[in-house]
Amino acid sequence: MIALLRRDLVLAVRAGGGFGLGLAFFLILVALVAFGVGPGGALLARIAPGILWVGALLACLLSLDRIFALDREDGSLELLATAPLPMEGIVSVKALAHWITTGLPLVVAAPLLGLMLSLPGPGYPWLFLSLLIGTPALSVIGTFGAALTVGLKRGGLLLSLIVLPLYVPVLIFGAEVARRGAEGQALQTPLLLLAGITCGTLALLPFASAAVLRVNLR
Amino acid sequence: MDMRVTDLSIARGGVPLLEGVSFALVPGQALILRGPNGSGKTTLLRTLAGLQPALAGTLTFDSESVAYGAHADGLKAQMTVAENLTFWAAVHGGADIAPALAAFDLQALRDRLAGALSAGQKRRLGLARLMVTGRALWLLDEPTVSLDAGSVALFAAAVRRHLAGGGMAVIATHIDLGLPEAAVLDLGPLKAALPQADDFDGAFL
Repeated sequence: MIALLRRDLVLAVRAGGGFGLGLAFFLILVALVAFGVGPGGALLARIAPGILWVGALLACLLSLDRIFALDREDGSLELLATAPLPMEGIVSVKALAHWITTGLPLVVAAPLLGLMLSLPGPGYPWLFLSLLIGTPALSVIGTFGAALTVGLKRGGLLLSLIVLPLYVPVLIFGAEVARRGAEGQALQTPLLLLAGITCGTLALLPFASAAVLRVNLR
Repeated sequence: MDMRVTDLSIARGGVPLLEGVSFALVPGQALILRGPNGSGKTTLLRTLAGLQPALAGTLTFDSESVAYGAHADGLKAQMTVAENLTFWAAVHGGADIAPALAAFDLQALRDRLAGALSAGQKRRLGLARLMVTGRALWLLDEPTVSLDAGSVALFAAAVRRHLAGGGMAVIATHIDLGLPEAAVLDLGPLKAALPQADDFDGAFL
């Protein structure tokens, strides 16, 4: 499994791997919002947590269809399925690789981009923390969507339609943590709910993803 | 470890293809599958590899002992020959890749990107992958596609070494591999009767 993780990371960094694609998209999206809304500091500061969360979510979505589609095309997915790795382990490693190459850079970059949206000072640690807790759930849910659509040609749009509604709870509580943090309010409840969603998806969805992948490989 | 397949029925996309497939292999034996296009060779191999369920029949071997060689080789174009092979070796428990490189004459190409290989070289790399899996039962689907005569001989030698080491192989192929000792199973007579076509879709039109 370590070998699979290392291979996925190497492939992401090499030519055509798409590493940094999500990050660049995130940067451009946030810049566009900043230009579009204009230099009204108070308005930007109010919408900053929500914009940063929506941006992170869309950037995450961008690279989901590569998770299994590339392996399916060149046949390695079938060979992995016959390898001595449990399918649940394969999908978990795939989700982890997706998070490391997409989610983690977003988490690190978000506070910098918060500066661009004049996010209030107390909001930065909470924005960072909410993304750190929430983005693993985005990757795991996205892996489930990718497993569902792996057999389809150009399944990217369908994948977005399946995955985006499932992202809603993560977005609601993640953005709420960041907003309350920025306004200095109590944020224990949304933070715990966000952590609960992440733990729940991490525990359950790999089994669902493995099951649909087995069916899709038939 | 013997391999015994009894009265196996298989289907592709809901259409029954073969029924009553029975054969047995003991270590050191190979079986060649023959049959016209669409007769179910690939589906039979996928069923044996555990990638899809059989309609009926019994298989008496461990699916963990199978190394499947499909039409696609499962190579990553952005990784070198050695990296590709090392990855599959690591997944299967870390065998040494040097014998596999030597067996398919790939040493000179070991640092070449797999994307820069010719079709025949890719195929040789895909076949070398079988050796690093360390699995006893090779299931091969048209292994000689795009191989030249010399490479086919390398392949036949690798299969013979695998059999001599107590391995087994089931190979779907159209050409003569130079393995006269292998048993041959013709899938033509085992074709399943087509089911009555029901006009399910037509009812909606």
